[in-house]
Amino acid sequence: MKRVFPILAILTAVLLSYAMYQGLVVAPTEKTMGDVQRIFYYHVPSAWTAFLLFAINFVASVIYLFRRNPKLDAVALVSAEVGVVFCTVVLVTGPLWARPVWGIWWTWDIRLTSTLVLWLIYVSYLMLRRFSTSGQTPVLAAALAIFGALDVPLVYFSIWYFRTQHPQPVIGGGGSIDPRMLHVLLINWLAFMCFAALVFWSRYRAEMLQREVEEMQSLEALLEPRGAL
Amino acid sequence: MSFVSSITAATLAKDIRLEWRSKDAINSMLFFALLVVVVFSFSFDPIAEESRQIAGGLIWVAFLFAAVVALNQTWARELRNQVLDAYRVSPAPANSLFLAKALGNFLFVAILEALMTPLFIVFYKLRALGPAWQLIPIAALGTWALVVNGTFFAAMSLRTRAREIMLPLLLFPISLPSILAMVRATTAILTGEESAKFWIVLLVAYDLVFTTGCLLLFETVLQAE
Repeated sequence: MKRVFPILAILTAVLLSYAMYQGLVVAPTEKTMGDVQRIFYYHVPSAWTAFLLFAINFVASVIYLFRRNPKLDAVALVSAEVGVVFCTVVLVTGPLWARPVWGIWWTWDIRLTSTLVLWLIYVSYLMLRRFSTSGQTPVLAAALAIFGALDVPLVYFSIWYFRTQHPQPVIGGGGSIDPRMLHVLLINWLAFMCFAALVFWSRYRAEMLQREVEEMQSLEALLEPRGAL
Repeated sequence: MSFVSSITAATLAKDIRLEWRSKDAINSMLFFALLVVVVFSFSFDPIAEESRQIAGGLIWVAFLFAAVVALNQTWARELRNQVLDAYRVSPAPANSLFLAKALGNFLFVAILEALMTPLFIVFYKLRALGPAWQLIPIAALGTWALVVNGTFFAAMSLRTRAREIMLPLLLFPISLPSILAMVRATTAILTGEESAKFWIVLLVAYDLVFTTGCLLLFETVLQAE
């Protein structure tokens, strides 16, 4: 397994550079938006990656509550962390794209708002993990992750109704996509997925090592003779 | 089932008696909500038409903040003298305890709302243009939505540093759809421009989903120590 990591790292680097070349040079320039549309190749893959990571977090949390396997808890923690990072990328690149194209930084549109709410829920998840003092943080966190997942459809429906009642003048594209653009998009997504997997993996290893260290330290503290204190 | 309900009733009666004698939660909530109303009313000073548009939001923000004050005290009371540990080792089902706490909080927040609503009407010169009776189910469903999750997350935040801060940080993001529903429904009725039906249905769905979720997961959270 250890040899796979550098191979994945090299593969990711190659893929990311190739995808960047494809996105910035090869992909055709969009007719109405011009070059600014190329942010699309970063925005959309980040969003898909973030949603996938949140889904992993949910599945790992549910299984954790049944199996109580610490590895699953580490998977849940790491997927939430990496997911929040990618979700932040989405929320930053979105306004950067919206400003020149729509003329505004932000609108309370359904996708923007539900992504923001999702981001808020997972930040609160990470806060709970950080502030929790008991040894049962994984259980509490898993329960919160399930609540967050239950919330997602409700968030979606509420904002969908809220916004269809008051339509916005801005409409983001729609319709068909040039096959060359789709091709570049998928390459970028693949590169982003590899990158996410890489970060996920190294963060997971660090988390497991950290836990091992903490366990050793508490064991040592127990074994220490009283006089030595 | 009768076992569950008798324990629920006993715990609820105990909480109401404690609250009746000390009036801690009600007094602090009332005063807090009053301060919020006064501050908002200073900062906006709206005419009648504008206040119809914004009052729904203001009322629910005031109730939300005030409810957090009460919710924070729910479990803190049981920490003294290790009462919560006694609950854990007792054979009583965890859910009956949870239901008692949630019902108690519901009652306290409902009393707060009943007392504060006239004040809102006076300060903001409110008169509903839509069917005003619908405000009662909206208030009941909305309060339950806040209180059921609030009671659950208060139990969760017992095991954290900075407990009092942690509750709103957990509660508000999850509650966003229900807050949106309460605010939009109230505004719809005050302005009389649209029907509040969708929002009431959404609140019912929210309450059902999260009441089920809380009942399924509460035992796990209570025993997590």
